[in-house]
Amino acid sequence: MTQVVIVGAGLGGLRVAESLRAAGYTEHIVLVGDEDHLPYNRPPLSKEALAGGVQVEDLHFRRKDSIDDVEWRLGSGVVASDLTARTVTLADATVLPFDALVVASGIRPRILPIPGPTKGRHLLRTADDAAGLRHEIAPGTSVVIMGAGFIGCEVAATARKLGAEVHVVALDAEPMIRPLGAELGAAMRRRHEAHGVNFHMGRTVAEFLGDDHVTGVRLDDGTEIDATVIVEAVGSVTNTEWLEGNDLDLSDGLLVDSAMVVQGADVPMVAVGDVARHPNALFGGPPRRIEHWNIPTETGRRAGAALAALLRGDEPDRSAFTAMPSFWSDQYEYKIQSFGMPGIATSSVVAAGSVDEPCVVEYHDDSGLVGVIGIDRTADLAPYRKQLAQRGA
Amino acid sequence: MIKIHVDMDKCQHYGQCCFEADDVFALDDDGKLVYQEEASDDRLADLESAVDVCPMQAITITSA
Repeated sequence: MTQVVIVGAGLGGLRVAESLRAAGYTEHIVLVGDEDHLPYNRPPLSKEALAGGVQVEDLHFRRKDSIDDVEWRLGSGVVASDLTARTVTLADATVLPFDALVVASGIRPRILPIPGPTKGRHLLRTADDAAGLRHEIAPGTSVVIMGAGFIGCEVAATARKLGAEVHVVALDAEPMIRPLGAELGAAMRRRHEAHGVNFHMGRTVAEFLGDDHVTGVRLDDGTEIDATVIVEAVGSVTNTEWLEGNDLDLSDGLLVDSAMVVQGADVPMVAVGDVARHPNALFGGPPRRIEHWNIPTETGRRAGAALAALLRGDEPDRSAFTAMPSFWSDQYEYKIQSFGMPGIATSSVVAAGSVDEPCVVEYHDDSGLVGVIGIDRTADLAPYRKQLAQRGA
Repeated sequence: MIKIHVDMDKCQHYGQCCFEADDVFALDDDGKLVYQEEASDDRLADLESAVDVCPMQAITITSA
């Protein structure tokens, strides 16, 4: 009896387990997760779940019947691995042997080393984070959000809905500037400002004020803002420390080939989701990590099939990987949706509407169209998605 | 026969399902999701994909 150990019990780990079964692997699968919860959907954590009334049970993914027999080890994550001995060690000191290993350990929020009290500082990655934050935000609460990416902006919108006073502090020139570009980012900032959000762009938090509990922040230009709730959304780091000591390149997640097979490993080993630096034939360029919701599913399907092949002694399918990166975000009544990789574009053009109204924005580089973003124009994006999908042809 | 149900309280009309099974799911001219409530058994694989890719996890399918 062989055993596959899947490190990470989120969406990516779930999809690999399902894909292994779909590819005919019938032996033992263990899913290890550091959280106490079965795989659940994270995007609502900054929206519906933070606004209240949503429990983690409501967010659980449907689990296919084919994985009813897998073993779930939840609440104790993997802390170390030995690829030569083919074992992983859990936080509770359990040692699990494996014949094949799946890296689905994802990312966690980056924590900046900033002086001052720690009580009142919040992250938002897990259901427990959201539950802890939800009870802190009430009408009149002053909230400082560090970071103006999607999570920061979604939390800003939700906190305004809850009646809080909201300040966003970020080093970038405009919110969500990397995926949206400066023009659309500025337009989203204006939407947030119309809803009462205060932006402090080009600034960083230099110090948290207060003795035991945060009472405010001091910015790098000396500005002080009163706040009892801090939400830190300043990017992420990969959860790969448990793989150290195995001569793998962990500089930016794990490098995989088009089958999601980890490069440089002597054991059957795949990586998926946020942690996998993977090639995409639609867009070329260097392999990239993509922290979009659809990537764990797309990479997970490919990885499970590849691992099942390796365990049979067959070659995995190494044909071009052409998953379409896609993201979406709800902020107030606005819906942002994207296909492709607008972040690698060198120019953009408003193709329909205007950026302060419902609009479609095209993103181009030397190779042509590389991405599209719509605000409240979802139905108009399908032809663009089709055009982007043909890049691989 | 496969029965399809979309929880319209959860659905945010992102249309991801349309790319997996465009014979079952579509966005209308107002951008609202419309869908067939039944499909033949040979559509199972694509319908399972549609369930998987829904950001709101609003789709359920059952064998009838």
